[in-house]
Order: sequence, then structure tokens, then C-alpha cells
Amino acid sequence: MKPRRIVWVVWPLALLAACKEPPQNLGSSNSRPDTPAFKGADNAFAAPGWKPGDRTSWEQHLRTRAQMGQNEYNKINNNDKAS
Amino acid sequence: MARMKFICDSERCIECNSCVTACKNEHEVPWGVNRRRVITLNDGVPGERSVSVACMHCSDAPCMAVCPVNCFYRTDEGVVLHDKDVCIGCGYCSYACPFGAPQFPASGSFGVRGKMDKCTFCAGGPEASGSQAEFEKYGRNRLAEGKLPACAEMCSTKALLGGDGDVVAEIFRNRVVNRGKGAEVWGWGTAYGSRQAGQPQKGKS
Repeated sequence: MKPRRIVWVVWPLALLAACKEPPQNLGSSNSRPDTPAFKGADNAFAAPGWKPGDRTSWEQHLRTRAQMGQNEYNKINNNDKAS
Repeated sequence: MARMKFICDSERCIECNSCVTACKNEHEVPWGVNRRRVITLNDGVPGERSVSVACMHCSDAPCMAVCPVNCFYRTDEGVVLHDKDVCIGCGYCSYACPFGAPQFPASGSFGVRGKMDKCTFCAGGPEASGSQAEFEKYGRNRLAEGKLPACAEMCSTKALLGGDGDVVAEIFRNRVVNRGKGAEVWGWGTAYGSRQAGQPQKGKS
């Protein structure tokens, strides 16, 4: 195979090699031992309304808290319905 | 759950610094360290905008990439945390961070640079959640208490939103679609008596 032909074959492959997406998977990126937040805190300041250790209830609780605490459109609409 | 994220609505931020105060109070952050700051652009001129800035818990965090001792880690919720027992206080993360999030306490007579301190999204550190050791190094672990970051929850105008990225994005999108402009702005009628307040009334000059 002629050297020029080799260049024509290798050059596009080298260009294509740059067209990849680096992995952005969630998850512990290294081996740091940390207790997941949904397991709860060892103190008396936990907010009521969820069960420590239950990931689903923790996630739902945070979603509700965000909507009720930070979305005033929701708060106003709920107040309108209540009154 | 998506990744935990902050977003600051510069249309709403009034530079009251309550987020900064809430953070300092909640975590008993030492003097000279500001995990969160309010930045104002075009201060005092029309078009002035303020934005509250802290660690953005980047999906591809440059601080993690440059740390020579690999003290950073990411939780399942996408919160970027670090281990102060491993940190050597070199400051590389400070140079790499585009938001100026890493802070270094100056201690001792000669202002020796201490270990890096930054916003933890109120998620503490590697110590046992809610323990005294965790509090002394990283502050409160509000996520483990079923709460959201103190800065976002204390924001007086709800400019700063924090929480599950999907929820925060939905709140922000809904707000942008609904808020309108001028006298259409939400709350205008409540504050000024009518939705058309600010406009000259008919029949009066």
C-alpha cells in the first residue's frame, strides 16, 4: 500500500476518534465512603414527613418541599383553592 | 432523582445577601470564608443585575480534575464534596474553578492558608451524617435532615432556587412563562392595588 493511501485511510479515522462523548455517569466517582443523604442524620433536626432509609420517600419529600417552599405560584394557587 | 442544582434568577435577586448570611449562620463558616457571594453587574446604573454564586456542583467539575490528592468525590445526587482530611490546601481547585467557589481560611499570625472550604449543597462531608465531627468540618448536613440548602430556602425573593435539577428547572420555566413584564409582573396588583397600577388613570391628568 502506498504511503499516501495509508494517510488517506488513517487521517479520517484519527479525526473520527475525537468525536466521542466523555462518560458523565452519575455515581460515586471514587471510593470515598460517605453515607447517602436518604439514610438520615444522626441528630434531632430531621424534617418530619419522610422515613429515613427510604430513598423514595426522601426524594418525594424533597420534591414537595421544593415546590411548596420555592414555587410561590404553587403556594398562591393552593391558597386560592383552600379559601 | 436528577442532579442537585442551584439556579439564580437575576431578574429577582435584590442583592440582599440573605443567602450569604443564611449560609454563614447555618454552617458557622469562619471569618474570611464566603461559601456563597452575591455578585452585582453594572452596579448603580440602569440594567443592574445581581446573581448569587457558590459552588455549582458541576457535572464535569474542574476542581475534581486538577486536585493532586483526589480529595473530591461526587454523591449519588450529583453533589461535589471533598474530604478535608485528604486536602493539602494547595489551591489548584481555586485556580481551576470558574466560579471562585473554593475558599481558604487564613489562620495563625502569618495568615497560613488552611484547608479548602466550599459550598457542600448543605450535604456535609464524609463523616457520619449529622455528627459533630461533620458539623465542625463541613457544617450542617441538611439534605440528610430532609431539607434543602439554607441559602435557597431563606432567599427572600426566591431568586435562588436549589434542589433536584428537574424540579428547579420546572419552577424556573413556569416562572419565566408566567411572570410577564411591567404591570403584568406577578404580585404587582397585590402591591399596588391593581394590575394596571403604575399606568396613568383614565380621566386624571
